[in-house]
Amino acid sequence: MKSLAKEYRSVREIVGPLLLVEGVSGVTFNEIAEIILPDGSRRRGQVLELDGDRALLQVFEGTTGLNPSQTRVRFEGRPLQLGVSPDLLGRVFDGLGGPIDGGPRPIPGEYLDINGTPINPVSRDYPSEFIETGISAIDGLNSLVRGQKLPIFSGSGLPHNRLTAQICRQSRVLGQAEKFGIVFAAMGITFEEADFFIRDFRQTGAIERSVLFINLADDPAIERIATPRMALTAAEYLAFELGMHILVILTDLTNYAEALREISAARNEVPGRRGYPSYLYTDLASIFERAGRIKERPGSITQMPILSMPEDDKTHPIPDLTGYITEGQIILSRSLHQAGIYPPVDVLPSLSRLRDKGIGPGRTREDHANLASQLFASYARGREARELAVVLGEAALSEIDQAMLRFSDAFEKEFINQGESESRAVLETLDAGWRLLAGLPRSELKRIRTEILDRFLPDPNRNA
Amino acid sequence: MENGEIIKVSGPLVEAVNMKSARMYDVVYVGRQRLVGEVIRLRLDRASIQVYEDTSGLGPGDPVFPSGGPLAVELGPGLLTSIFDGIQRPLDLIARETGSFIRRGVNLAALPRDRRWDFTPAVRPGDKVTAGDVLGTVPETELLVHKILVPPETAGEVLEIAGGSFGLDQPVGLLRTPEGQVPLKLMHTWPVRRPRPYLEKLRPEIPLVTGQRVVDTLFPVAKGGSAAIPGPFGAGKTVFLHQVAKWADSQVIVYIGCGERGNEMADVLLEFPNLKDPRSGRPLMDRTVLIANTSNMPVAAREASIYTGITIAEYYRDMGYDVALMADSTSRWAEALREISGRMEEMPGEEGYPAYLGTRLAAFYERSGRVKCLGSRSATGSLSVVGAVSPPGGDLNDPVVQMTLRAVKVFWALDDQLAYQRHFPAINWLSSYSLYLGNLEGFLGAEVAPEWPELRRWAMGILGREAELKEIIRLIGTETLSLQERLLMDTARSLREDFLHQFAFDENDAYATLQKQYLMLKTIALFHQKSEEALSEGVPLNRILGLPVREQIVRNRYVAEDNLSHFHALEKEIVTSFEALHN
Repeated sequence: MKSLAKEYRSVREIVGPLLLVEGVSGVTFNEIAEIILPDGSRRRGQVLELDGDRALLQVFEGTTGLNPSQTRVRFEGRPLQLGVSPDLLGRVFDGLGGPIDGGPRPIPGEYLDINGTPINPVSRDYPSEFIETGISAIDGLNSLVRGQKLPIFSGSGLPHNRLTAQICRQSRVLGQAEKFGIVFAAMGITFEEADFFIRDFRQTGAIERSVLFINLADDPAIERIATPRMALTAAEYLAFELGMHILVILTDLTNYAEALREISAARNEVPGRRGYPSYLYTDLASIFERAGRIKERPGSITQMPILSMPEDDKTHPIPDLTGYITEGQIILSRSLHQAGIYPPVDVLPSLSRLRDKGIGPGRTREDHANLASQLFASYARGREARELAVVLGEAALSEIDQAMLRFSDAFEKEFINQGESESRAVLETLDAGWRLLAGLPRSELKRIRTEILDRFLPDPNRNA
Repeated sequence: MENGEIIKVSGPLVEAVNMKSARMYDVVYVGRQRLVGEVIRLRLDRASIQVYEDTSGLGPGDPVFPSGGPLAVELGPGLLTSIFDGIQRPLDLIARETGSFIRRGVNLAALPRDRRWDFTPAVRPGDKVTAGDVLGTVPETELLVHKILVPPETAGEVLEIAGGSFGLDQPVGLLRTPEGQVPLKLMHTWPVRRPRPYLEKLRPEIPLVTGQRVVDTLFPVAKGGSAAIPGPFGAGKTVFLHQVAKWADSQVIVYIGCGERGNEMADVLLEFPNLKDPRSGRPLMDRTVLIANTSNMPVAAREASIYTGITIAEYYRDMGYDVALMADSTSRWAEALREISGRMEEMPGEEGYPAYLGTRLAAFYERSGRVKCLGSRSATGSLSVVGAVSPPGGDLNDPVVQMTLRAVKVFWALDDQLAYQRHFPAINWLSSYSLYLGNLEGFLGAEVAPEWPELRRWAMGILGREAELKEIIRLIGTETLSLQERLLMDTARSLREDFLHQFAFDENDAYATLQKQYLMLKTIALFHQKSEEALSEGVPLNRILGLPVREQIVRNRYVAEDNLSHFHALEKEIVTSFEALHN
């Protein structure tokens, strides 16, 4: 359709990460351009808007050092692509898909548009396979299933990386041995954080089954727009073409959203909340919705995005919009962390929307749903009692409230708290829950069906 | 008509020149792939077009083809059990055509043309018919007889009509109208942005029974009414809407997934064919139409999806059916409006939303109602609308929430604190309201029990008083409460935990008939009344609260619908338990 060789020297404006080229023809929306500097070095840009003969580009590597009169632009007539092949496994790439592990560029079998296309809702298979992470706060109460997108809402200084690495190490689907892989995308995190994961993957051997895309804090910020899409394109290929079960870790989404805001601000768009663009929801959805299962295809994509909540505020636009798109969230709590509880998962506001399809008879155990509901209710009541006790003193509490208070303390110390290398089987987790409930009067266990109570509640309490 | 030419592409918004013949809200086909778009602004010969598909690959110079008509939906048999995208493209057929991922530029008819339907005429040649009259019927699913109506704005004399097996393209008869002879078909089209006509609106006075106790007993919505359920993420909006879609006593359900999760639509698609309608025993899918424009599908089609959905709903209403529509979530619709408005560089109103947001929202909800249908048969139909709202941070000051509350009559306030305790539905009983209470008292008093309104007021009174007492306890502890007040606190807890809380995933608890709701509430009230009497006679409170019969009240939820006589036995047991206390 167009001559690929055509170069434009008509750059008119450079604002922040944006570059405006005039006099272009035959250019299309979203296509990729090569930006050539006087010294011959090249950068990549993407068309954000076309108006008559003017094309507005975002430059992934940033505009530092660019000069309007000395820069040449060549449009490539295609969207940003990732070359995929089984050789991706075991490799480390930069945020735009270039190898940084010293190895050669993998020979691609095919090139895929990194923006992907939406999965037809009709073709989706509902995620229902329980993943045992070995972590009680997740398995017991907010269970993860294959094909789910379950983010970790954290804050600076909280051990989200340790928790995520533990999940990567321990996760397995009960009674199955299938091809499992990890796709890891780092967006604007520090070298140390990225290094922590890479070491962990190396130690466990997971690196052989992993693909890593690394954009560090000192890498170009705009590149981060492409990084998660690169990762998810690789994940879709591995899952839906090669039939692997892929866990995608995206960290840290907050840095991603900030890069998006930077571009929006440079374009003088009307800002939404806190200066983030009003299309942040749609944009995040185009990332998170690339998780799931497809009917009649063996693989799956499970996403665990990590995002740090500014000021631990979950109503900040990034966690807020994320929570509206993802299928739940695991929220880490600073006060639990300070109390020495690991993992400091605040189970009450945490949620797994797909839990009920993944647990129960034949999956975990028939008491799981009732037990979890009761643990939530009793722990919530215990926390309320704890607040009252702060004001009025423990003695002023009713007998039941005192029992609830004792329950919730034990629940945090014995159920949520566990070692970083301790992998608890899900049945162990459920039994631990029952042991704690045994300390409460039976009449308080309203969330549990009588038959289940009769079968599972430990003896000492049976006649209480 | 002449073709236009693209001069600007900015995300989902495209501008084209040479568009002199275009009218506002006309459909156009954009680019060589003929992507569907809609004209939303005209300035001289320049048109702004919102494109319903991803615009990657479009560029200045590409052609724009006019269609000459507005965005319209196909209405006829085959809508039920189908799933469409925001502009009524059949997602199931698209999956068959293009695989698991949605490709662009697919143009398939919304209703399959190769399928044949058994048509039984209800008129004879020579009959004079007018818009809304029933020409005949088609058994669309086992749950619903599809009435083929004379389309709006059409009238005349039937010249020919035949029964038998027909495809949607084939004429089943011929009508002589003042404008000439027109063929009668099993389907017609209607523009989505134009409400379908009816004779008159009626007062909504019959409840839409959802089987959800907090709704039906405390904050009921009427058939033909409108309701909104705003709440933060994780508070249970979607599960609640699914519950209403499953159990509401409507003949047709239209469920719009507007900018939400793909897996949720998959859930409905996989679950509804296996769930039985509690009244007929048939699969729920047989009465359901799904519109799915998930969050990662094109944003402009999200804007259109609620209009597509409500037009289909109105079509079934016009047959004389009770239709319920759920829109999840109207906030995503409003955001789509905002995104397009921003790209057109319109002056923003509150929070960047366009100034016309309130008008559009009100006009949408106003399409609900209980109506006298067109036609000579004096049928009534109803369209109830329930909209989820997803305000940022759950903040009810959000403009979408505020503008919605001006349009709807029922407000179900979701409360994240209740959700944290996994008290579902997490509808707060203090801040929610229903303006239909007065309208519905007559029906409920006559159909369920004369003391229903009284019992509801009693329950609301207890819950209100509990909130006041809790404030006191927070300040000075439980010590200062009187025995009567302690009893009240306990009854309130029983109301919350044994009545309002409901398990969506429990076979017997997911749905409760009005009768069961009434009986459950009545046992709690009876226990309270007997306790008060006992207290006043000097029986110690802990003896009252220790009565073993209370354990049974806790388990009321699990009583099956065909075993409601259990409650009469329970009432007797309560009475005898208290008599035993005195001895």
